[in-house]
Parts: sequence; structure tokens; C-alpha cells
Amino acid sequence: MTAPTRMLAPATSGQLATFRLDGDLYGIEVEHVQEVLRSQQLTRVPLAPTAVAGLINLRGQVVTAIELRERLGRPARPEGTDPVVIVVRLHGEAVSMLVDSIADVVDVDASDFEAPPDTLEGQARDLIRGAYKLDGKLLLALDVQKAVSA
Amino acid sequence: MDGLDDIVEEFLVESHENLDQLDTDLVALEQEPDSRERLSSIFRTIHTIKGTSGFLAFNRLEEVTHVGENMLSRLRDGELALTPQRTSVLLQMVDTVRSLLASIEASGGEGSVDVSAVVAGISAAMEDGPASATEATVAEPPVVEPPAAEAPAAQEAAAKKAAAKKAPAKKAPAKRAPAKRAPRAAAVPAPAVEELPETPQEDLRADLPEEPVAPAPVAEEHPVPEPAVADHPEGEGAPAADAAGGQARRAVADSTIRVDVDLLDELMLLVGELVLTRNQIVQNVARQTDTDLIRASQRLNLIASELQEGVMKTRMQPIDHIWSKLPRVVRDLGLQLKKSIRLEMEGRDTELDKTLLEAVKDPLTHLVRNSVDHGIEAPEARKKAGKPAEGVLTLRARHESGQVVVEVADDGAGIDPAKLGAKAVQRGLLTQEALNRMSPADVLQLIFLPGFSTAAAVTNVSGRGVGMDVVKTNIESIGGTIEVESDPGVGTVCRLRIPLTLAIVPALTVECASDRYAIPQISLQELVSLDAEKAANAVEEVGGAQVYRLRGELLPLVRLTDVLGLTSERHDGHVVIAVLRSEGRRFGLVVDRVINTEEIVVKAVGGQLKAIGLYSGATVLGDGTVALILDVQALARRALRTETTDRQEARAGSLQTVSAETDRQRMLLAAIGGGRRVAIPLDTVTRLEQVRSEAVEKVGNREVVQYRGAILPMVRLDRHLGAYGETDREVLEVIVYSDHGRSVAIVVEEILDIVDGEAAVRSDIDDMGLLGSAVLGDKVTELLDVRAAILAADPAFYSAPSSSTPAGVPDSLLEV
Repeated sequence: MTAPTRMLAPATSGQLATFRLDGDLYGIEVEHVQEVLRSQQLTRVPLAPTAVAGLINLRGQVVTAIELRERLGRPARPEGTDPVVIVVRLHGEAVSMLVDSIADVVDVDASDFEAPPDTLEGQARDLIRGAYKLDGKLLLALDVQKAVSA
Repeated sequence: MDGLDDIVEEFLVESHENLDQLDTDLVALEQEPDSRERLSSIFRTIHTIKGTSGFLAFNRLEEVTHVGENMLSRLRDGELALTPQRTSVLLQMVDTVRSLLASIEASGGEGSVDVSAVVAGISAAMEDGPASATEATVAEPPVVEPPAAEAPAAQEAAAKKAAAKKAPAKKAPAKRAPAKRAPRAAAVPAPAVEELPETPQEDLRADLPEEPVAPAPVAEEHPVPEPAVADHPEGEGAPAADAAGGQARRAVADSTIRVDVDLLDELMLLVGELVLTRNQIVQNVARQTDTDLIRASQRLNLIASELQEGVMKTRMQPIDHIWSKLPRVVRDLGLQLKKSIRLEMEGRDTELDKTLLEAVKDPLTHLVRNSVDHGIEAPEARKKAGKPAEGVLTLRARHESGQVVVEVADDGAGIDPAKLGAKAVQRGLLTQEALNRMSPADVLQLIFLPGFSTAAAVTNVSGRGVGMDVVKTNIESIGGTIEVESDPGVGTVCRLRIPLTLAIVPALTVECASDRYAIPQISLQELVSLDAEKAANAVEEVGGAQVYRLRGELLPLVRLTDVLGLTSERHDGHVVIAVLRSEGRRFGLVVDRVINTEEIVVKAVGGQLKAIGLYSGATVLGDGTVALILDVQALARRALRTETTDRQEARAGSLQTVSAETDRQRMLLAAIGGGRRVAIPLDTVTRLEQVRSEAVEKVGNREVVQYRGAILPMVRLDRHLGAYGETDREVLEVIVYSDHGRSVAIVVEEILDIVDGEAAVRSDIDDMGLLGSAVLGDKVTELLDVRAAILAADPAFYSAPSSSTPAGVPDSLLEV
């Protein structure tokens, strides 16, 4: 477990907005979430990092969309399924993430929190702060900040 | 009002605001006389007015505020206690200050507002507490007077005069007031008379001669009503003065409000959104048939445009804001360099966006300094050159097709392109061959090359260059362009083109691989569309790089799909070229198709996208889709970099193999008839042209052709080399060769190709006019002795003085 993870761990009681991605359940702090949109028209950005899925028009504002599957090293979304766009606001700037589907807002307790297993590898390890042990499933806490700074 | 200078106007607006605050503060102060904070704030306000009035030479205003300040400072320091009576005199002071300001506003001068009474009142109030009670009532006049003076009755005026006369009498022991009054009174009558154009006052003025005693104070006091009335518009007297005063007041204090720039930015943003929505609606409505809807959308279109213009105007400031500092710069630098320079400004009220104004400030100052330092010669040198000793530096600003053009022009020595070019070659910035191909105008742009801009280069080149690349970078960072024109011996002009505003820019939208991109119009020069048949011929290759002959000049082509790593979806062979200019270089951007031009609102893009360095932002198009805005400068740098590298390699190559000059050179292959091919070093080729054979004329026994206003000597390569192809061609293929300001035309049968001339096999068949032969592109090709060919056309070509040129090729011909 790295130092920053330990530092972040205590401050994680509260509400998480959850979403599904490649079969897993992820959560981000609800206060970061500005809005959730159905699939949007994406304008691709040639030569951009692969995680940048494109740009969307959010009521006249141009917002970068990050493909979270790519970011977490998961396989690409199957053809024919539309992503859901979660718009987050960080430091006053709106950024959006593409996920598979949106789920509930969940109350989490810091006592259920555990750091990511040592077996978690690759880029995902940097982005996942840890897991909340919910009934019957694990909720992975995503570090939004890092996730969108592709 | 128009006579008022900006500084005075600003002072008035500020002071009016401060005075209103002062009234509130003073009254509040009475409630809590110990508030050090309020006292300090009042003190500061009065101090500011005093300071500025002293600076602007409003002596009476200064005098009043000076005593007020003294009193306030003592109040603040606790030396005096604030009594109601002291508050009254302070309030009187504020009233007097207001009267003075009103007078300044109305007439530009202090008029004849009397201050002595107030000054005396304050001084007295400062001296001792109880005694000043009577003084205060005497000191009342400036405040009491206005209502009285409103009545045009001469009696009342006389009564007042009496009162006024009493005042100085009583005040005699009180400090310097009486002493000061006399000289001032003498000075005042003239403005006082000027100030009274209205009839009601004329009655009062008529009294003047009748009043033998103390005419000066009378003259001083009478105009008081005019400014005072402005504060009481309901006053029945002096209606004309009221109107005049009221208007003037509105023109300065009430007609302007201070607005937070952030609010304006927000408004601008909203207007941007509105423009986008408008675009969307207008596009959609265009497909409708409902006439009411169409009409409404047209109105929306119009109103949105006007609103956009209006909001843009709120952010506009005249360029004079930054120019006003330049006379000082020129003067100081001129003195330092012992040059006499006159600064002229044209179009100082030309307005541009505040943020842009800030961004232009430094580059502009730099250009002006450069002109003074390196452009304008010392007086002796100027006299020697037959110019007046005094140099003239002219700043010009004007609006031109949606841009602001700012010029910095001097009548100095100008820049000699030859010296400049030589310097550039010496510094290794380009090859001599490349330089020879450049027109003088292009050579001048070399001063913007980063490597060029060092002080050493400048002094040696009799020109400019210190930090010119920085100037250029700054200007380009705000979407502007810069160019320099110079006439040796006559002067230099630096021309900046700056967009009116950064937020909304006209742009060309193009399609590439089914995505749309926006190209700011400022970089766009023209559009060329070639159908498949034409494109096949017109797009040629230079060593793998595609070029297009745009009116004879070779235009390097950059395919947007290649730059972006995409695959074009245009398969019909059509070629659409957007001719762009960046950093003095022109190139053609090949896109799939051009959509249209529209005003786009520039949106910032996130850090990830900025890092790519190819997009300057993004925008939302009329149909709601997001389009990326191409950063033309970055695009040029990225796409044309290879070319620069090639050039450097070529230079390195030519250094290594000076003897074998044909090695590793790009060669232009041309057929000269009879199946013979010659290779001509591409470096020596300036342009490729086509000339109709009937245009060929004769001068003596030489063939010439009129070309761009000059006479170009011709050499027919076939005859020169004894090939004799068909002679009756209607259109002649011509290679224009230029060197040192002179050109010749070399006629060939056909331009075949451009190849990398790695002369693997060379033979020494040393025919007349040939350097030898080599195998180029699997065929034996003769290497043209360019020098010999040119001499055949123009025997004087290499002997420098152009005056001896038989065919008279003027230098201007180089402007190709």
C-alpha cells in the first residue's frame, strides 16, 4: 500500500455515485458528479491519447470525454452498446467519463474500506483507491482526479 | 466636454464617486466621531483629489483640499476632536469641491468658484473650538449662495456681495487666505466672463462696473450658481445653465459606470452561446417553409449580431491607451541616442479588445524602440542622405476587414535585403541557393527567424532584429500576424494584423475524413479546388513531397489526413487546397472538402488536448457538433519541419562536397527536344512559368519576354544546346532563374520531373553548355551548365551593376 492511498483512505465515508464498467461496480464521490447523460455525439480528436474518446457538446460547452474502459485497461465496449456519460466537475472544469451504465448512489462507511489487493496490476492500480465491501459485492472507489487526467 | 482630456475625465468620474461616499462617511462620522477607519478613508479620498488636482494644475481645488486634508490629518491623529461644527466645515469643503469639479466639467477650468471662505472657515475651525462658531456662519457663502443667486434679481446679488465683502474683512487675520485671493482674483475674470453665455447671468454681470468696491470677489462669486444649480436641477433660475450643467454632468459621471471585467467576460461568453444557438436555428430554419418562422429567425440573426457587436464594444478600448506611453519612450530613447525624432500617430481612436490591447502593448513598444534604435539614422547620416535631420516615426492604426491593422513606420535607412540575406546565410539559417531564390520581400521576413535575432546581427545588418522572433511569437499567440516591408534608404514598415477579438473568430470549416475542422480565416489566403483530371497534372512531386504550382510558384502541399494520421474519404481524385500562410511561409493544406465560413466561438480545450499542440481550441458548429480548431502555426511547424531538416541536410551536404556541386542536389528534369533531357539544379530555379509564344519579342537579336512589368531575357535551351526540337509550340515552358536581383527565362520543351540528383554515374562528355551527364531516373541526363546558359541570354548577368544590363532587368523583377 502506498502512502497516498493510506492518506486518502480515512476520508471516504459518505456517498458514492456508482456505475458499472465491464462487469464491475465502481464509485466516485457524489459531489464531483455534475450530471449524467445518455450517449452523446462524440467528436474524435486525432493524435490524442487513446483514453480520450472525443469531445462532447454539453449545452454549448466543449467537454473532453475519457473512455474509462481504456483508462482502466479493460477491453473495448462491445459494438452496439452505447456508453453513458458522467460529467464531473473538478477545479471548476468539466470533464466527462464514458462508462457502461449508471447505478445507485450508495452510502459507504469507512470501516468497510480496504486498500486495493496487491494483486491489482497495471494502470488500474493507480486509479483505484480501494474497495468497499458491500453485501455480496465489492464497490471499487475510483480516484476521479487521476482517472480523468489521461 | 469634448475638450476634456481623458485624464481629467477619469479624475472627474472618480472624484464624483468618491465625493458621494464622502458625504455618507462624514455624516456617519458624526454618529461615531472616534472611528479612525472612517477618518482615514475620508482623508485618503481628499488626499487623492488633492494630489490629482495639483498634478492637473487645478490650484483652487488643491487649496481647498489641502486645508481640508490638514484638518483631517489632525482629526485622524487625535489632535482635534470632531465637533458638529468641524463636520459642517468639512461638508462645506465637500460642497465646494463638488462645485469646482462641476465647473471643471462644464468649462474645463475651475471657473470662478470661490474657495477662500471655505479655506478660512476650515482654518478657523482648526484653530480653536468655540471662536470658530461665528466663522462658520460667515464661511457659509459657497453653500448658502446658490439658492440666492438663482434669482436673477440684482438686489440679491448686491446683498450677497456685501456679505462676501464682510467675509474677507473678518477673515483678515486668518492665515494666508486673503493674500492668495488677490492674485487669483486677477486671473479669474476672463474665464468667468466666458462662462456666462446665458442671459440671466448677464444681468448680474451688468452690475459689475457699478460696483466699485472689491470687484474681484464679485466676479468670483457670481458663476457659483451655474455649477451649484447642477446639483439642484429643480432650481427655477438660470435654466440654461442648468441644462448645460446637467448634460455635462451626465456626460461624464452619470453616463459611465464601472463594470467588473469578469461580468463582461461572462456576458461575452453568453453572447457566444447565443451566436451558436443562432447559427443552429438559422441553419435549421433554412430548411423550413414557414415564412413567419423564417422572418423571426432573420430577426434573431440580426439582433444576435448586433448584440454581439455591442457586447464586444464594451470590451473595446482605443489603442491610444497603449500609444500614449510611446511618446515618452521615443523621446527618452531619442535623447539617449542623440537622434531627433518626431512621433506621429494616426487613428489613435481605433478600438480593440482590452485583452488584445494588453497583449499588443509589449510587442508594439519593442517595435517602436527598434525603429528608434536601428531604423532612424543619426541626424548627420540623415542629412548626408538628403533627408531632414528629424526622423519621423509614424504609428498608424485602422480597422480593415474585421481586423485591426497597426503599423509602425519609420523614414530611416530601411533594411537592405542583400545584407540581411548574407547575414542569414552566414548564420547558417539557410543556404545561399535558397536565398537566391527568395524575393527581397521574403528575405526581409528572415528577421523573424529565431536564430537571427541577436544584437550582433542587428548592428551589422543596419536593420532590426532584436527579439523580433519574440514579437512575432507574441503577436501570433493572439492570432495575429506580422510582416515587414522596407525600402532601403526610405524607411521600414512593420505591420501587425490583429483580430478584433479573441472570443469570436471568422473561420473556414473543412471536412477531413468525415470530421469537421475549423481554420481561422486570418491564416487563410485562398482556396484552390482541382478536379481529378486537373489534379493529376497540377499536383507534382518534389522528392516525394507534393507541390502545387500556384500561379507559377511551388506551393508545398500538406495533407491534413497525413498530419492527423487519418485516412481520407475522398476517392474521386479531387483535390481541395486551402492556401495558408504562417510565419511567412505559405503552404497548401489538402482537405477533403470545404464546408463553409462561419463565425465560431473559441472554446478552451482540456490539458490533454492542448498538449497535442495541433489544436488551438474547439468550437460548437451550427448543427451542435463539436469541431476542433486547427492551430495553423503549429500545423505548419509540424508539417514543414521535414522541409527545414532537408534544407539543413542539403546545406551540410553542400559543405562537404563543394567540388561536386551536383551531388545530392535536387534536380529539375526537363526535356529540350530530340529526346534529350537536361537536369537543372533546383536551387537555381525561382519559378516555373508558361509563356505564350506570341508574347516573345525581340530586342536586338535577343529574345525577350515581358514578365511582371519587366523585360526578361530568354534563352532557348534547345538552340543553346543544339537540340532543335519543335519550334512552333504555342505555349513555352519557361524556367525563371533569378540571382542578385536579375532574372532570365530558360525555355525548355517540357518540365519532366524533380529528382534527387545523386549523380551515381557521371561521364565527362564535355559538350558546350554542359557540365557532364549522369544517370538520373534510369536515363542519361545532361547536366546543364546554368551559368553558361544564362550568359547566353544575358551576357551581363554576372557582372554586378544592373545599369549595364542590356535588356534592363530591374531589381523589382525579383519580386516574384
